[in-house]
Amino acid sequence: MSTRTLISPAQLARPRGKVLYWVCFALVVVLFTLAFLGPLYWMVSGGLKTTQEAVQTPPTWVPGSVHPENYQRAWEVMDLAKLLMNTLYYAFGALAFQLVLDVAAAYSLSKLRPVLGKAILGLMLATLMIPATVLVVPQYLTVLDVPIVERNLLNSPWAIWLPSVTNAFNIFLLKRFFDSIPKELLDAAAMDGAGSLRVLWSIVLPVSRPILGVVSIFAVVGVWKDFLWPMLVLPDPSKQTLAVGIYSLATSVPENVLIASLTIASLPTLLLFLAFQRNIMSGLTAGGLKG
Amino acid sequence: MSAPILTKDPVVKDRRPRRPRAGAPHLPGGEFGKNLRRNITAHGFLIGAVLCFAFFSWYPIVREFLLAFQKTEDGRVSWVGWDNFVTVWNDPAFGQAWRNTLWFTVLALILGFVVPFVTALIINEFRHGQGYLRLLVYLPVMLPPTASVLLFKYLYDPGYGMFNEILGVFGVPAQQWLQDPDTAMLSVVVASTWMNMGGATLIYLAALQSVPGELYEAAELDGAGLLRKVWHVTVPQTRLILLLMLLMQIIATMQVFIEPFLLTGGAGPEGSTTTIVYLIYQYAFNFNNYGAAAALGLLLLVLLAGFSAAYTRLNRAEQD
Repeated sequence: MSTRTLISPAQLARPRGKVLYWVCFALVVVLFTLAFLGPLYWMVSGGLKTTQEAVQTPPTWVPGSVHPENYQRAWEVMDLAKLLMNTLYYAFGALAFQLVLDVAAAYSLSKLRPVLGKAILGLMLATLMIPATVLVVPQYLTVLDVPIVERNLLNSPWAIWLPSVTNAFNIFLLKRFFDSIPKELLDAAAMDGAGSLRVLWSIVLPVSRPILGVVSIFAVVGVWKDFLWPMLVLPDPSKQTLAVGIYSLATSVPENVLIASLTIASLPTLLLFLAFQRNIMSGLTAGGLKG
Repeated sequence: MSAPILTKDPVVKDRRPRRPRAGAPHLPGGEFGKNLRRNITAHGFLIGAVLCFAFFSWYPIVREFLLAFQKTEDGRVSWVGWDNFVTVWNDPAFGQAWRNTLWFTVLALILGFVVPFVTALIINEFRHGQGYLRLLVYLPVMLPPTASVLLFKYLYDPGYGMFNEILGVFGVPAQQWLQDPDTAMLSVVVASTWMNMGGATLIYLAALQSVPGELYEAAELDGAGLLRKVWHVTVPQTRLILLLMLLMQIIATMQVFIEPFLLTGGAGPEGSTTTIVYLIYQYAFNFNNYGAAAALGLLLLVLLAGFSAAYTRLNRAEQD
């Protein structure tokens, strides 16, 4: 913490500087807390209000009477248990597919170096240059009728899982990490008679835990946050994710119940963040600029 | 910060032929056979991801180009040349959508680019509580956008919304926010900035930590004030990151969809929040006109391709 920043330490050391520093610090802490926790406080407390209080003018800062049963109502009326289970199923399925297929691909490209490997990696990275939204229409048509196998994946979890593998940034991130694992380590294992799979499992994966953690968290959060794609490919209400389900039920439930359901939908990723904030933040900056 | 993920492979390539494994059968064909086997294994590891890319990325990219020049009627596909582009061009919403998208991009650059940078500058100055402040700023990024957008819809409500209540404290008259064509887009951008600024702020913070302190000292000797130090030292020193983030921000904001879609139903009052991607969505999923949607998508792609190419080149230059 001794790095020199904009304001000189000499200035800060003076009495006036010290006072100014603490005043600014207090102001910023209060302001940031209001700006970023304020809406969240409003969400949690809004879910505790009566329906009348939730839509009254002027709004109230503190609920006049506390109604935790709104949360229970939201849970039952909107069938949040079902939506939550769906989302978990899609998120962890996508995680499994990404971990297995993207790690295998990155390992192959980094360490096994097959013929045409460079070209394949180039084609994968090229997809990063295509704006994602442009691909939504042709991707949707593909899911309606997958060529060659001629399957319709609408309303099936495969429509979430398989496209999630096409994350060129993941492959790039994993490959860069695998590149930094010394070749001698792998050669030594190969000399002892370990096959490629064995080397991946017993040497590469254990040393890659930090990057695997980052990729995993982003895979789960990605599915949790996605909206447009699951809305398009999961039209059946009983198959929807939390984010889409809440949107489609938003107009049919009272405000306080809806706000309670927003809190419930936000909770899992918030908890995940609080538990893994170190990994998430370091992964974000270490992983370059794609945030 | 953490493991040296982006450092380059320090290992010198050695082309020394590997000794055959003890007990390995000596295949006829020798080197060639071994190479073949190695390649089969390597491609075996690759095949899953490659198939996914082929079906859900590469094929759709090709299909996008084909669709733009095709029309599908009663399941019959015919080539129509530039007709789809003409249709899109003549749509009165076309001009408005471009203007709105550009307006959103400009607003989002002013807010979404400057606010995170200034936030990072402020956080970086404090010797206390940096962890807490960083946590706060990144918190909204973890919320599902549906939740934050619907939350903002309540905060913006002209009647029971919190924003008018807060403005009232300062004596500012109540605003219509999302219902007023003049403020609708700005309201969308404010919500979008709140939701997304965390990632950029953390990246700027990391970049600020690499600015050598001596440069500030030298600037002070020359009598530079705070703003001049930011402009003549901080900005040039973080130039590459700033440029990269600017490009990424342009690419991302030109594709904005969920915020206007959920906040104002997509079009907004008098079409004031219709964006290009919302128009694509409408053509494809409300009018079933995939050709027109693809044509519009191609126009967006062409426009953004330049920014993407610049981003990729710079990013590679930065990492090497």
